[in-house]
Amino acid sequence: MKIEVKDAPGQLVAALRPISDAGGNIMAVIHEWDPTLRPKTRIVQVVLDLPEERLDGLITTLKAAGVTILRLGEERLLLKRSVIMIGHLMHTDLSDTVGQIDRTGYAEVVEMHMTMPGIAQRSSALLTISATNRTHMDEAVKILRTVAKKKDLLLVEPLEEVA
Amino acid sequence: MRVAILGLGSVGRGVASMLARKGLGITVTGIADSKSGVCDPAGIDIAAVLEKKAKTGLCGDPAVTARAIAEGGEYDVLVEVTPTDVETGEPALTHIRAALAMGKHVVTSNKGPMALYFRDLTALAEEHGVQLRYEATVCGAIPIIQTIQHGLAGNTVHAVYGVMNGTCNYILTRMADEGLTYDQALAEARELGYAEADPTFDVKGIDTALKLVILANTIWNNGVTLKDVECTGIDLLTAEALTLAGSQNSTIRLIGEVVPEMGLLRVSPRILPKKHPLVVRDTLNAVTVVTDMAGAITEVGKGAGSVETASAVIGDLLFIKNCHVKGH
Repeated sequence: MKIEVKDAPGQLVAALRPISDAGGNIMAVIHEWDPTLRPKTRIVQVVLDLPEERLDGLITTLKAAGVTILRLGEERLLLKRSVIMIGHLMHTDLSDTVGQIDRTGYAEVVEMHMTMPGIAQRSSALLTISATNRTHMDEAVKILRTVAKKKDLLLVEPLEEVA
Repeated sequence: MRVAILGLGSVGRGVASMLARKGLGITVTGIADSKSGVCDPAGIDIAAVLEKKAKTGLCGDPAVTARAIAEGGEYDVLVEVTPTDVETGEPALTHIRAALAMGKHVVTSNKGPMALYFRDLTALAEEHGVQLRYEATVCGAIPIIQTIQHGLAGNTVHAVYGVMNGTCNYILTRMADEGLTYDQALAEARELGYAEADPTFDVKGIDTALKLVILANTIWNNGVTLKDVECTGIDLLTAEALTLAGSQNSTIRLIGEVVPEMGLLRVSPRILPKKHPLVVRDTLNAVTVVTDMAGAITEVGKGAGSVETASAVIGDLLFIKNCHVKGH
């Protein structure tokens, strides 16, 4: 996100603290100096990793602290979800299964652990999917459900609770 | 208050012996098993009946039937605890209808009639101004129906989800703990008496689905039936799947969930963090109710067992005794 802070001692720290308080992981802080800016303000670009559901709360806190949010880059948001697939994964073209997620452009399989006890036996795999936001994640899991049904695989999803 | 007990299996014996032992002001005036029955308006000697049942397999006179007691017995509340039939709900359905139609209260542990004919039966009870209570049909000893109907009264219930089948939970606990295969864990559950000879009803998720149907109807009276439940069991899970979940500090549980706002009525194995409140061990059940005012409430307890289920039946009986029977 790109934020505007007052050019005064302690202002940057005050702007970053709510991010840590919200459980965000600050990965980079880049100062931008722009001569056309209003005097006594600085633009700062913050790269952070934050669970999507906490974003609205963070925005509210930052605004309350007098920080102006200039831009919010949603593409930076990372959401991960792990599912387990059980069945004849290799015989039913595993790369096609993974490819169907990767080809969406908004989600991809970023990790996979697989065990194959025997040639004739069903294998089990833990797939971690990364997506840009919750809607895209839900779409990706929906694709997996369709694939699982078609290929006769058991898909075990995490329990997503209604809060 | 006078009660007639139909069914003298595990639950019926538990109820009868606890009523005899605890002296709760309840007189048993009729008892029937599938082949015989006994009536005494002055009160039955329960210990003698249970002893006779243990010795001969019959609780009374073969000429006295459960139906005759339901239709002609002198009682205030019918306790219907015969075995569940998920196809027809019989013979419990006929017994319950007969009692309600005569203006008698009914307490049942029988999932069949409640899941198949929930709206018909509750309407019949209402029409005759009597209580139909069924706490024992869902999660054994856990007072989830009372919690929803009374403890959380006035709340809007957004969702219910939980572990509602002890047999499946035992199998999954053992697979995760010891790396047993599904077949090994099932064999162990059978040896310990947690699983039936034919475990289909439990492991395919049908039992959980029936409980979901009853819960959904209790909360929303939405008329859903077993056909509306998307149901996946645990019988295709592998030991490796449990190990993979464990590598992420998670495990797998068979979860039943109802979220009407999302049109969701589903039973399926799910991945949960090991510290999640629904990750209970062995044969325990756990159920979470998500509400607007109270937030999420989770109750944990024994989902089956003779005395544990009797606890739910007796809770219902005393509720009726205290609130609905004149002069108790």
